[in-house]
Amino acid sequence: MEFGPHLMLAVLEGAVTAAVLALMASGLSLVFGVMRVVNVAHGQFFMLGAVLAWAVSSAVSSALGGGAFGFVAAVLLAPVIAGALAVAADLTVLKRVGYDPERTIVATIGLLYILQQAALMTYGPEARPVAPPFNDRLALPWVAFGPEGPRLIWPWGLSITSYKLFVMGAAAAVLAGLWALMTRTGIGLVMRATQLDRETAQAFGIPVERVYAGVFGLGAALAALAGVLIVPIQQAHYLMGGDALLLSFIVVIIGGLGSLGGTVIAALLIGLSDGIVSVFFSPTLAKILATLLVALVLVFRPEGLRGKAAR
Amino acid sequence: MRGGRIIGLHLGLIAVLFALNFLLPAYSHGTVARVMVLATYAMGYNILFGYTGLLSLGHAMFFAAGMYGLAMPMTHLGLGAGPALLTGIGAAAVLSLGVGLLALRTRGVAFMIVTLMFAQAAWLTILLAGRWTRGDEGVVIPQADRVLLGLDLSDPQTRYLAALALFSAVLFGTLWLVRQPMGRVLVAIRENEDRAELLGYDTFRHKLGAVVLSGTVSGAAGAAYGLFFGYAGASFAETHYSIFPLLWVLLGGAGTVIGPFLGTLFMFYLIDLASGLTPAYMLIAGVALVLLTLFAPQGLAGEIRRRWWRGLP
Repeated sequence: MEFGPHLMLAVLEGAVTAAVLALMASGLSLVFGVMRVVNVAHGQFFMLGAVLAWAVSSAVSSALGGGAFGFVAAVLLAPVIAGALAVAADLTVLKRVGYDPERTIVATIGLLYILQQAALMTYGPEARPVAPPFNDRLALPWVAFGPEGPRLIWPWGLSITSYKLFVMGAAAAVLAGLWALMTRTGIGLVMRATQLDRETAQAFGIPVERVYAGVFGLGAALAALAGVLIVPIQQAHYLMGGDALLLSFIVVIIGGLGSLGGTVIAALLIGLSDGIVSVFFSPTLAKILATLLVALVLVFRPEGLRGKAAR
Repeated sequence: MRGGRIIGLHLGLIAVLFALNFLLPAYSHGTVARVMVLATYAMGYNILFGYTGLLSLGHAMFFAAGMYGLAMPMTHLGLGAGPALLTGIGAAAVLSLGVGLLALRTRGVAFMIVTLMFAQAAWLTILLAGRWTRGDEGVVIPQADRVLLGLDLSDPQTRYLAALALFSAVLFGTLWLVRQPMGRVLVAIRENEDRAELLGYDTFRHKLGAVVLSGTVSGAAGAAYGLFFGYAGASFAETHYSIFPLLWVLLGGAGTVIGPFLGTLFMFYLIDLASGLTPAYMLIAGVALVLLTLFAPQGLAGEIRRRWWRGLP
């Protein structure tokens, strides 16, 4: 393949990564924005989504006999289960440490190991796939400039699957829904009020602790949904949460902690550049540069690219 | 004399550990030697976390800097054990100075994430340089090279006593430090940084000093670990090894001199026990972290200090 089509393939792969990353990072950003705590266990909810997707879809497929039912059931159930687990963790652990930022980090590190090791004990160390509900290969054209002017060609290997297009569409729809929820509904208003000033919100009768529990659950559900969507492309594995957490950290920090718009832009930036860089350079080197970049952004520009400076 | 009991307690610990050298069965003998080196790492971590109140999630990079700073010149340049020990400690000191200068521009949660990111980059760098470090597989330091000042460190007895010497030096070093003006300013920064600054202390320089001291001690532990047990591998630079000292110090008691040792000893045996039962032994670490945060943020030695002995350093 020539350079042009190769680059386009990298961009398409990057766009899939960006879509999943945007979903996951928006959950992390939401939790940080409203609750002012960093959830280190966020990557494990992503892993949980993927593992639950495998469990649910294989259970449903064996009961109903194949088809897309398994995947549909996984999309509906896995985020709910992960969200419920997160709400339980919030009520039993985070609420009791009073959402103190540092103690919450230590507690969520504990939660990280509990979820990861529980997955190892029940799901096991193998990586397992989930069949996508549909997976048609769509060939893509490329414009070539010959001596007789531009014409369309169909380079071998330049294609995308319908499932990958579906992932991009689904992520965009969910993010639009999240944006509408935050800006256009009463629930969003309550969440924004809590984010702006916890004490005043409480004084106005907003049940802050229930809002916190709900936000923590919603954040985890978003990560789990990202996990469900990725599992037909990558396999489910109990250690997949670590890299995912790191990438979401990178996205959320570059985008500005707690800013949803910034998070989506940063996810596109990081997802696309990750796709492009890993195709042309060593992925390890790309990761080193990305982590160092993020550390330096935090050091020199803590408000991120679009976020507002902390008050 | 007020300090008498305190010095007595710590000398007593060293004496017990010395006596154990002759009493322990072979397996526990090796384990306690390992625990003493890792407790040195925990004590290094404690200088920053327990006494200065800065929570780092990236100390594995200092431990690994010491380990690779020792192992790389030994395997590739044929450096002797003594000079290599110094290059290991030096590498950790330089790295901690650089990381401190950058990371200390942030506070609180941002400091944790910056240290986590730097440590991640350091671990990936070790993997990237696989030609020399051999990545996850690691490098083995041959037995013949592990001779320091004429002492063969592959011999269990010698190794145990060398570990004890390192442990004692850092234990009494910490005890001395926390009674110095420097140590008291660190505690003041932990309790209320703005007030310490208002009182005229240069808090940035004190915090930088704490990062460098903490990183260097952690690096010394890493270098000693590589030299004593003859192996340097990338797994020591992974996030696990940044979380472990936090866990040990939290369990033993942050901001106490003896706490890191107690925490390391208990946790090491607990994880050792659990790893015989299930591959998911890190579950213990997770449960311990959550329970400690919820019910005993002071740790073992912190509880002793709260209930019985208010002057315990």
